[in-house]
Amino acid sequence: MSTPVLELREVRKAFGNEVVLEDISITVPEHTATVLIGASGSGKSTMLRCINLLELIDDGVIKLDGVDITDVSTNPDEIRRKLGMVFQSFNLFPHMKVLDNIILAPMRVHGLGREEATERALELLTRFGLREKADQYPDRLSGGQQQRVAIIRSLAVQPRLLLLDEVTSALDPVLVNEVLSTVRDLKEHGMTMVLATHEMGFAKQVADEVCFLERGRIIEWGSPTEMLENPKDPRTQDFLKRVHEAGRL
Amino acid sequence: MSQEVGRSNGGNSGAAPYSFGGEWTPSPIELGRRASRKAKGRRNGLIAALSSLLVLGTIAIVVVTSPGWKVLSATFFDWGYGFKVLPKILTGFFQSNVILTLIAATSVGALGLTIALIRTSRSPALTPFRILATAYVDAFRGIPMLLIILLVGFGIPALQIRGLTNDVFILGIIAVIITYSAYVAEVIRSGILTVHPSQRAAARSLGLSNFQTLRYVVLPQALRRVTPPLLNDLVALIKDTGLVSILGVTDAIRAAQIETSRTFNYTPYVMAALVFLFVTIPLTRYTDRTLRKSIERQNAQGQA
Repeated sequence: MSTPVLELREVRKAFGNEVVLEDISITVPEHTATVLIGASGSGKSTMLRCINLLELIDDGVIKLDGVDITDVSTNPDEIRRKLGMVFQSFNLFPHMKVLDNIILAPMRVHGLGREEATERALELLTRFGLREKADQYPDRLSGGQQQRVAIIRSLAVQPRLLLLDEVTSALDPVLVNEVLSTVRDLKEHGMTMVLATHEMGFAKQVADEVCFLERGRIIEWGSPTEMLENPKDPRTQDFLKRVHEAGRL
Repeated sequence: MSQEVGRSNGGNSGAAPYSFGGEWTPSPIELGRRASRKAKGRRNGLIAALSSLLVLGTIAIVVVTSPGWKVLSATFFDWGYGFKVLPKILTGFFQSNVILTLIAATSVGALGLTIALIRTSRSPALTPFRILATAYVDAFRGIPMLLIILLVGFGIPALQIRGLTNDVFILGIIAVIITYSAYVAEVIRSGILTVHPSQRAAARSLGLSNFQTLRYVVLPQALRRVTPPLLNDLVALIKDTGLVSILGVTDAIRAAQIETSRTFNYTPYVMAALVFLFVTIPLTRYTDRTLRKSIERQNAQGQA
């Protein structure tokens, strides 16, 4: 098997005395999607932020394409260029039009000319049905549209790996679907992804592997069918039962 | 209501956007509400007018009928004399206050921004500059500007260093810049701090460097937010340029003072005040408008 795109080995992260990630090991091969599930505060977001080097880990190793990115000599900016990240709260730049949000990184980080960057951005916007929003400011868009623009913004730098942090949590139920179908589309086109989500039905559709986190540890992992229909660990069973009761399965 | 209001023009209902203001006629209930609102509005207008007339009229009568009013109006509101000295005041205003404001405002902007950036930076190499910037802000925000003007205006020439200027105009500008930079730096810094950390995270996750994040994401939002308070400081700056007159710069205030000491009529002071108001009132109105707009914009973002 070829080198996985992402590999975490025994990663540990603590904020002060509070350990938020402990002994985290996952492998994400190319063109696969790994879905992280677990209650709020279980460490899903922190894990994604650690992969993106927005947080420094306290122990263990993170490898991107076989290269240790947690080595002290790595330049985080160079690593982040290869990663895309989408946040729960979209985090679009409110002072820039949609198009300018998307072409900022291709121009400033990857050295593309404005014309080429614009052309590519418009292509992406067209593909995801947002072409006519290019010249609008983010606050004119619905939450779902904003989140799709945020996804496009992270795609515009052609990342090796996409990190999605509860991208639908801030959306009302009607808007959730348009964002999820965008993510499904990416998966079908072979994008490698790690995503944290509370949408179990969606997890089943896109995941190649599902990891259940509790209190900063991976309790159980496996294929989506195993994990969501027939979990072995009582803690996973309990979590899924509660999700089910809340009507989110 | 059973009528197909506004939908008749679309055809396909549901997907078609709602259209308002079609063939809708207000119901009698709504018409009644409007009529009573209108009546109430008229009544409120009348009350406001009457109360203004009463209060302002009383004040005017008290002032005008006061025993000293005759003398006062002769020594402060001698318009004929006022217009005669107006050219001198205007010369002082444009040659000193306006030029001082323009030079000081640009320098203060640059210096204030630099200090704010240094104070918000986290680079270890900048630590000594951070300490200096903090000390600078602490010192010059805490000393009255009049004192700074006196210290710079009389202190620097007293050093008798060759090459240093003795020009009171330049020394006055320097004193104004030193003081205002400290204020403006703090205003800009507060703006930088109000940009949410998630904006920074989003920019960094796209691969932008620390400097690029500042340049393209943080600063534009910060400066937009602090535009109203900065305009407010500009109004204050225009007025405070008058303080350099104590060094002997012939600005609008000094020009008025020279006239006053010749004739013992204080109308030139009133004229100088009017000249300042002529510039500051429009600017204050403009500031209010930008403030209102920026609040509206922020509220709109909150709803999104």
